[in-house]
Amino acid sequence: MTSTTEREVGRARPRKEDAHLITGQTNWTDNIQAGGLLYMAFLRSPLAHARIERIDVAPALQRPGVVAAFTGADLADGLGSMPCVWPVTEDIVMPAHPPVAADEVRYAGDPVAVVVARDRYAAADALEAIEVDYEPLPPVLDLEGALAEDAPLVHADKGTNRCYVWPLRTGEEFDAVRERAEVTLKRRYHQQRLIANAMEPRAVAVTPVAASGEYTLYSSTQVPHIARLLLAGVTGIPENKLRVVAPDVGGGFGSKLQVYGEEAVALDVARRLGRPVKWTESRSEGYLATHQGRGMIQDVEIAATREGRLLGLKVDLLADMGAYLMLITPGTPLLGAFMYPGIYKMDSYEFTCTGVFTTRTPTDAYRGAGRPEATFAIERIMDDLAAELGVDPMELRRRNWIRHEEFPYTTVAGLTYDSGHYEAATDRALALFGYDELRAEQRKRAEGQDAVRLGIGVSTYTEMCGLAPSRVLRDLRYAAGGWEAASIRMLPTGKVEVVTGTSPHGQGHVTSWSQIAADVLGVPFEDVEVVHGDTRAAPQGMDTYGSRSLVVGGSAVHHAAVKVVEKARKVAAHLLEASEQDLDFADGVFSVKGSPEARRTIQEVAFATFTSHDLPEGLEPTINAEHLLDPDTFSYPHGTHLCAVEVDTETGQVRIRSYVCVDDVGRVVNPMIVEGQVHGGLAQGIAQALYEEAVYDDEGNLVSGTMADYLVPSAADLPDFVTDRTQTPATSNPLGVKGVGEAGTIASTPAVVNAVVDALRPLGVGDVRMPCTPERIWQAVREARS
Amino acid sequence: MTHISVKVDGTTYEDEVEPRLLLVHYLRDRLGLTGTPVGCDTSNCGACTVDLDGESVKSCAVLAVQADGGEVTTVQGLARDGEWTALQRAFHERHALQCGYCTPGMIMAARDLLRDNPRPTPEEVRQGLEGNLCRCTGYQNIVRAVLAASGQEVTA
Repeated sequence: MTSTTEREVGRARPRKEDAHLITGQTNWTDNIQAGGLLYMAFLRSPLAHARIERIDVAPALQRPGVVAAFTGADLADGLGSMPCVWPVTEDIVMPAHPPVAADEVRYAGDPVAVVVARDRYAAADALEAIEVDYEPLPPVLDLEGALAEDAPLVHADKGTNRCYVWPLRTGEEFDAVRERAEVTLKRRYHQQRLIANAMEPRAVAVTPVAASGEYTLYSSTQVPHIARLLLAGVTGIPENKLRVVAPDVGGGFGSKLQVYGEEAVALDVARRLGRPVKWTESRSEGYLATHQGRGMIQDVEIAATREGRLLGLKVDLLADMGAYLMLITPGTPLLGAFMYPGIYKMDSYEFTCTGVFTTRTPTDAYRGAGRPEATFAIERIMDDLAAELGVDPMELRRRNWIRHEEFPYTTVAGLTYDSGHYEAATDRALALFGYDELRAEQRKRAEGQDAVRLGIGVSTYTEMCGLAPSRVLRDLRYAAGGWEAASIRMLPTGKVEVVTGTSPHGQGHVTSWSQIAADVLGVPFEDVEVVHGDTRAAPQGMDTYGSRSLVVGGSAVHHAAVKVVEKARKVAAHLLEASEQDLDFADGVFSVKGSPEARRTIQEVAFATFTSHDLPEGLEPTINAEHLLDPDTFSYPHGTHLCAVEVDTETGQVRIRSYVCVDDVGRVVNPMIVEGQVHGGLAQGIAQALYEEAVYDDEGNLVSGTMADYLVPSAADLPDFVTDRTQTPATSNPLGVKGVGEAGTIASTPAVVNAVVDALRPLGVGDVRMPCTPERIWQAVREARS
Repeated sequence: MTHISVKVDGTTYEDEVEPRLLLVHYLRDRLGLTGTPVGCDTSNCGACTVDLDGESVKSCAVLAVQADGGEVTTVQGLARDGEWTALQRAFHERHALQCGYCTPGMIMAARDLLRDNPRPTPEEVRQGLEGNLCRCTGYQNIVRAVLAASGQEVTA
């Protein structure tokens, strides 16, 4: 018999995913081999903006091992423009985006030709033989300058660098609340450009069956289902002849939430040559060619009473689109549009985002996508306001946040937060952190004129997860829905296959989905396998991003499992010669009320259904079930993060002394996985605060163009984190879960910068631009002193 | 082309290679030992770390010809008869990997670290693994796993 005496949900199960990863028996896209495999390499523009006067790939064909070479013009008859699926306004400017540029290059890294050769070295060598004459055009790099009347244009045919203007006005007029406010503050914050640095570089391989026109595309992608749909459109390959597989995928962080030109080119080249092809980016190539994140100027104004009651918030964003609109480039900043008010009550909110084209690598989603920027702005300005009012930053937050008895609460931005308990998370965090003791030490150091100052940073964040109700996406002009699919196959041997439309790349869905299904079905965790990431095996899905997978995809698994039990109940009732109402179901066993010896396990029912020898008259011989879940609303994780930093005012060096976070991500399926997600998120958010920036020079060259120049933090650069949780279940899904993939990244960046500024405020420093490098801190201290 | 003879994970291979061929590409593309991945092109990330004659090396920074006559151990050669090493077990039990791409290099570097320093402090583990980047875990569970594999008590 099968009995699960201990519930699976809530258990810290070590992951099923690990075995092949720790033994090297992996299936990365770059591992894929096929008979006659050819390697592709792309020649990329060395200039940020130029007209291609002449291009000749013929010399490359003379190089050893080279099979073919194509320019953008050569490929134009086989490939359409790369799609953007989020035209955020009716009058958005949507320029063409050829997968390989034919006439003009618009960022350093824009591909101009592709070489196909018998090995990767030969392909790389042959790039050098391609001749290109460029006529340089002026780069467009400054977001405000780009909007000037006489600015040079990224897309001359469009007549403007302004991609769109997207406004939101809710509550009272901001001008009116500004009028009656006793205190107003205006701040400008900069969100630097970031490079995601998933450890696995992007890769794509295509195996064609030329005779039947069928193609299998393997890609290091977060979105195999979206990729299949859109690549069918770009290449003209019928959707039902295109199979997309995301094999082992080594991290994404939004950078693989994309449909890339290289994927389309690989399909087209495989089609033209009738041979399998593969391309893997080098890390430095990826720095140019993989979309980047953030890249925003935020003008923020807050209005409050003298007692520190918030009245209103006004946000003006300039968002750097880069050179082209990729999958969701224009919508990414808007994912934060509703989140700037954070956890606070206020009467007025105005938001405007202006998308701007520049001659840089396109931007798009990066871990958090819009919400980190929103949280940074509100949490930074709350600290600035606290300083202005002379109150403790935590006290100011308490005076304004939604109290736990006020949930569900509709914010000024119009979102209804279903649940939360900011007091509980904060009280727990303050206790773990030793807030009062650290404040006392801080005062002592400041009084003693200690060169190393202590700073304390606060961040009480919320975010929205569970993308997304399809009707909301329609209202935001997103081109698709936000449902997720799950199906459960009960195999004759009693084993279970869960088929999910999510596409994990490190998140541990195989383990967590097994736990969810095992609980509902009452089968052992070990008996469940999870199938994902292959459009042939898991044909429906909306994939993995935006902390949606557990909330939407995990809930879909739960619903599908419930359906299996209900179908199995009919068969069990027949086998036990009882009515359905007289059956109990617990721990995977159907038993007849009052006669517990009359029983069938759900796995026995699966076998009986397989043989179908004795089923109720007219019953379809299956207990398999499918569920597509379109969520009604979003989920809202929250938490309190506290950071203590020591800042050396003489060298500018920052050391994180302690970092405490208490997150409320609702019910927890696997606490070990959740904690891991928080750790990784913290590391990335701290990295934005202190270390990372995609730096461009005045010509539009990426200066931080290799991993040696772009500071991805190592173990030696990060502290041990103290993490804890409160659990306020979400009310919007059967599991009570809220999502955790991005919480750490969203919360930590302002906590760290607030701490750095807090350390320096007594010296007269009011802000330090990210990343808060020693040089910038030293400069800020120097300027404040002079 | 240059003739090389290299023992990898217990098997000796004889091959003609271009002198410029990187050891990691020799392992991956010629021997099909794809357990060792490539994560960068500036030898910063350490994903390709293997053991060459008793020292951990980044196999993207070693030419295949430099391994001639040598003995290479990759992550694929660690388990014996399906039995994981203490480090592999600790990485699994302590959730020290998420996407797993850095894991082969991380395990090989940690193995070298523990050989040099069998009972490191947490700080020594952090310093010792500085040449291996992970983007998923924030390193905390990697540090815990290495400490656990060294036989030390680890809280949480």
